[in-house]
Amino acid sequence: MQDAVLAMLAKEPSHGYHLRARLRQSLGPLGESMNPGQIYVTLTRLEKAGLVVCERADGLPERPERKVYALTPAGQQRVAAWLAEVGWPKPDLAEFHLKLAAAAAARLADPVELVAAQRRELLRRLREVQQAMLAEPEGSGAGPLLEGVVLRLRADLRWLDACERAWSRADDEKADEVEGG
Amino acid sequence: MNVSGAVVRARGLVKTHGQGQSRVRAVDEVGLEVPQGQTLAVMGPSGCGKSTLLHLLGGLERPTGGEVWMAGRRIDTLSERALARMRRRSVGFVFQAFHLVEELSAAENVELPALLAGCSRRQARRRASLLLEQVGLSGRARHLPSQLSGGQRQRVAVARALANDPLVVLADEPTGNLDTAATLDVLRIFEDLRSAGQTLVIVTHDERVAATADRLVSMRDGMFVDDTWLTGSPTRGLGGLIGLEE
Repeated sequence: MQDAVLAMLAKEPSHGYHLRARLRQSLGPLGESMNPGQIYVTLTRLEKAGLVVCERADGLPERPERKVYALTPAGQQRVAAWLAEVGWPKPDLAEFHLKLAAAAAARLADPVELVAAQRRELLRRLREVQQAMLAEPEGSGAGPLLEGVVLRLRADLRWLDACERAWSRADDEKADEVEGG
Repeated sequence: MNVSGAVVRARGLVKTHGQGQSRVRAVDEVGLEVPQGQTLAVMGPSGCGKSTLLHLLGGLERPTGGEVWMAGRRIDTLSERALARMRRRSVGFVFQAFHLVEELSAAENVELPALLAGCSRRQARRRASLLLEQVGLSGRARHLPSQLSGGQRQRVAVARALANDPLVVLADEPTGNLDTAATLDVLRIFEDLRSAGQTLVIVTHDERVAATADRLVSMRDGMFVDDTWLTGSPTRGLGGLIGLEE
């Protein structure tokens, strides 16, 4: 969030409310739950870190004076570094995988059932985000983001299918052992 | 649940294929109720029996055991003729391979079920033009199926399924032959049908199609292993999906 706000200031110095409007436009329905004060909290943090400076602008008669935020040289450097960075957020695959393994080892829960519960949850999310995507007008700023969320959820659902197959097979083998032994 | 309110109902449904040693239970003791206005997706890997189940529910095949009811009427015991009439009037089918009549135009394909059900030519034509508009194909009414893309053909097939204002639409892998863009068009139509209150049963292994439904049943080896609602807010909301809520 901090990096994204900084990068938006690279175009020109801006008011907080204007930054917020631009965020909302890019995020579409995904940004609806954004806390209205979040942008100001972020700006304050950035100011303390010396990455932005805040200037007072003359207010119009009907509105009081407002703060205009601008990048400092350090802020500009950080934007450049952020754009060049190729980091990629990691989904929590290992955590879920370890959960299944631990549940099976300790006989705490049936891993196949844990997979089913996770699938239900992801399908509910897919339903909601897909509905939002289908409702977006053509050329919406949020379109590519919604599509990305849908594609990720689909990839996760495929992985859950693979998990189910693996743990069902493990189950069958154990049952065979019991029968055979 | 009020039994009389169910559009589709099945009890102890069994379908076996083959003989003797190679006998397979494609559908194994399945019970199901789909109330008016519900959209239900049946998901499972290929060979799990979901297509057979759909055929049983729509009266395309007869069960080996159990009962199938359509709007309070038992259909698995009907004569062939009565069953065919029930299918024409009460059920709209959508198949993976479209099954359009290649010699007829899009409009004529959509008119056909209404004509078979005894509507006048004029009524059938008016209904078809309305339905083609609904699926965004008014401009393609005179095209033959071979002149349409896969997605357009499937949209014609959906329009045809709706021709007699069916009690239920049964769809079997409706996006199985479609690319991503065409799939989105079909998803949009199913979404419209859902919000219009059309009762709908979709069999699919495509999670995008399943995600248009209110309710999801998972099938493995002929049996239901999970039955869940997809409605209701996900635990974290849309913003949570992109890590906005901290």
